[in-house]
Amino acid sequence: MFEEVARVFREETPAVDFCSLRVSRERSQTVWTRQGVLQPVGNEDDFGAMVVVHHGGGTGYSATPDLSRSGIRAAIAKARAWAERTADMSVVDFSKIPMPHPTGTYESKNDRPWSGLALGDKIDLLNALSERLKTDDRIVDWESTLWWIDAESLYLTNGGGEVSQVQHILIPHLQVAANDGVDTVVRSLGGRGFARQGGLELLDGLDLSASADRIAREALMLLSAPSCPSETTELVLAPDQMMLQIHESIGHPLELDRILGDERNYAGTSFVTLDMFGSYQYGSELLNVTYDPTVDGQLASYAFDDEGVSAEREFIIREGKLERPLGSVISQHRANMPGVANSRANGWNRPSIDRMANLNVEPGEGDLDALISEIERGVYMETNVSWSIDDSRNKFQFGCEFARLIENGELTDVVKKPNYRGVSASFWRNLSGVGGEETRSVLGTPYCGKGEPNQVIRVGHASPTCRFSDVEVFGGA
Amino acid sequence: MQSSFYKLVDQLTEGLQGEEVLLCSVAGERSDFVRLNGAKVRQAGSVEQGTLSIELVQGARHVSASYVLSGDGEQDFVRGGEVLGALREQLPFLPEDPHLMFNREVESTETRGHGELPETADAIRQVVDVGQGLDVVGIWASGEIMSGFANSLGQRNWFSAENFHFDWSVYQGGDKATKCGYAGTAWSGDELRRRMDRARVEVQALARKPKTVERGEYRVYLSPTALSEITDLMSWDGFGMKAQKSKVSPLMKAVDGDVRFDPRVSLSDNPSSGRSPGFDAKGFVKPPSVTLIDSGVYKDSLVSARSAAEFGVATTGANAGESPTCLEMAGGGLAEADVLKELGTGLWINNLWYLNYSDRPACKMTGMTRFATLWVEGGEVVAPVNVMRFDDSVFRILGEGLVDLTAEPQLMLSAMTYGKRDMGSSCLPGALVDGFCLTL
Repeated sequence: MFEEVARVFREETPAVDFCSLRVSRERSQTVWTRQGVLQPVGNEDDFGAMVVVHHGGGTGYSATPDLSRSGIRAAIAKARAWAERTADMSVVDFSKIPMPHPTGTYESKNDRPWSGLALGDKIDLLNALSERLKTDDRIVDWESTLWWIDAESLYLTNGGGEVSQVQHILIPHLQVAANDGVDTVVRSLGGRGFARQGGLELLDGLDLSASADRIAREALMLLSAPSCPSETTELVLAPDQMMLQIHESIGHPLELDRILGDERNYAGTSFVTLDMFGSYQYGSELLNVTYDPTVDGQLASYAFDDEGVSAEREFIIREGKLERPLGSVISQHRANMPGVANSRANGWNRPSIDRMANLNVEPGEGDLDALISEIERGVYMETNVSWSIDDSRNKFQFGCEFARLIENGELTDVVKKPNYRGVSASFWRNLSGVGGEETRSVLGTPYCGKGEPNQVIRVGHASPTCRFSDVEVFGGA
Repeated sequence: MQSSFYKLVDQLTEGLQGEEVLLCSVAGERSDFVRLNGAKVRQAGSVEQGTLSIELVQGARHVSASYVLSGDGEQDFVRGGEVLGALREQLPFLPEDPHLMFNREVESTETRGHGELPETADAIRQVVDVGQGLDVVGIWASGEIMSGFANSLGQRNWFSAENFHFDWSVYQGGDKATKCGYAGTAWSGDELRRRMDRARVEVQALARKPKTVERGEYRVYLSPTALSEITDLMSWDGFGMKAQKSKVSPLMKAVDGDVRFDPRVSLSDNPSSGRSPGFDAKGFVKPPSVTLIDSGVYKDSLVSARSAAEFGVATTGANAGESPTCLEMAGGGLAEADVLKELGTGLWINNLWYLNYSDRPACKMTGMTRFATLWVEGGEVVAPVNVMRFDDSVFRILGEGLVDLTAEPQLMLSAMTYGKRDMGSSCLPGALVDGFCLTL
């Protein structure tokens, strides 16, 4: 099918400044049990094409599920008409932007394909996990899920560009809710953070059985735990909370389209301005952040972005200093500064925009014990459960599922409903410890919302456990 | 799309075997989207899509699939046959589902809305013209949206609408802006100019030196738009039967009768408004209205077909997430013209943003002010306010903290476009609240 579409596009390519065709097919299956009952099994197949035309200074797009010759021809005509009719109203002269015409391929690992395990065996696996989650009458809801995605794309340009990419993705999830008649707590497998590229071999490294036992045990511990104390203290964040912290208060504010104002009506603006790049001290000298689409198995790894730019690892923040934004080829042209290969669309029916992909905090040195050994009093938090930040991505408040007090260099009592709040511009400067490789997890989330029209996209975040000083923490009402 | 959808379901029904039942839904749109920044076009384009969802039922076993319709009837039928075959192969691996429920009584309905829509490029040129000198940022969305249901029992349901929704902001600078909207089925360039002129005046008020308020408790006016952010978050697991039975609903204390809202608070979900489909993916036709909170007391819940089977109650035709689609709150006794005077000294909050729970069982939520929040003294607007975080319980905000609700609820249509253009809406008053807790 893809080959036929490519042949038609070559034959129908119009005489315009730039034209691209992105064919995307995403097949997925979700198998999940709730309270030991198999929920409706869903099989999805999302397939279509997006045409983009730059012509006469304008840009236009057209998304179509009709991949016949007439369908592609009509989509090209529509996209061209949009470019022509809005050319004199465009934010930039699109004809002056040199668009790449790449060739290449990418396919993530898939050692044990999803299709290699029978549906009945998948259900048996989830039922076994479900039984391990229901350990007590106080566990009132429990579920286990396997979500498989195969995302395939072909990107063609009028300059001979042709890129074929395939991502095999697996997202396992476990969750329980426990209730004692007064309070309800939730504990899960890192939110949905263990989202990775790969096949069923990913499950081997997770030990889901042990995770199920731990999740159930910790939920019951939380039920009888006191609320997190309210104080300004040392805060240590596990990777499955660092993921959210990186995402909201480094990733989004550094998206160049936000800084250029495109997102101000919806996702918001940024406290970061163009003049800060190259000089602004974003965090302490311990903070090193990379945009890295080359990490093997991370959720948003790829070889080319959706405008054909070759994806390479770049430092975004080095030793705390801000180096470059998350800006794609068009945003780079508008801002006149280098960026990264991060123009991405969540499917065939949306145009690509500046997104995060894999945005990672680089590891430092030492294990968790080393991170907390010098803390007289503090709080250690795991797994995001609540997230809120202002539209400039500065004032934030985040909540976690699970926490322990740190007293005299050791983890002690479990406390529930842990929250903390701060301001991005000062929070990262209080980064006082970065764990080593042994504390690092490669995680990701399938849910990052942005753009008009709206899009939800998958992003990856790898991080070690990190320590922050002078943070306001608090518990429940 | 309606006739081709019905024809496709007829064709697929002919291929059913034995006692198989087929449930089909389609969701589609033919939309134009134009994105603006600085009163100029950033991205402009069209999206044409229709996704068919198929559920194959055999006894108490069932399995589902979805695929994108190409628009070619023959090709879509062949694809549908392949999908049905694949589903048929999966069925033997599946256990019987004790919570399977679908409508076995044929209830066919049809709602078709027609609009007088402008040529989008012409409308955008008007926007650019009337927005001259203003920093206009936003999204234009227009065209036809449709949703349908059909099953092998002969039921047919259709909903379609033709409308436009221009959702935009006019920025004064930094993060200070006035939020605007113009949605409908009949476009008027004069109406656009009137709304843009009003924004031109409003944004001037934001040019004053902004005030930074300290943490503390304040008397605030929450505009209908701001209040909708609160009810949107309440709607996340709040009103659904499944979340309530699972004890994760943030409204558990109200559901259990431990908490009452102010007697002036009455909330309902009203699918009969005709702004969204009045049927679900299992073929159930929604009741005209479900009363959620009646005079401060929690009353009924939203129940999907699956929850109905699981908990032995009647379905309300709710979606799987059991969230309202047309949430309405009764008005109070406060005339809109008196809001400033009754606010006296405090904050006029036009918009809230990025709400989430800080303590779900306590229905305590946090979020930010956004766009235009104004400091008011003696009933007069004094200055825009720099963004502030609130952290407060809805049980208090709409309970002991509620001073009054405005008399005339305001209709707000969803501007969301995740996946496709949303058909949701809410109709809410503004709320005057004492002791609103600002924390950062």
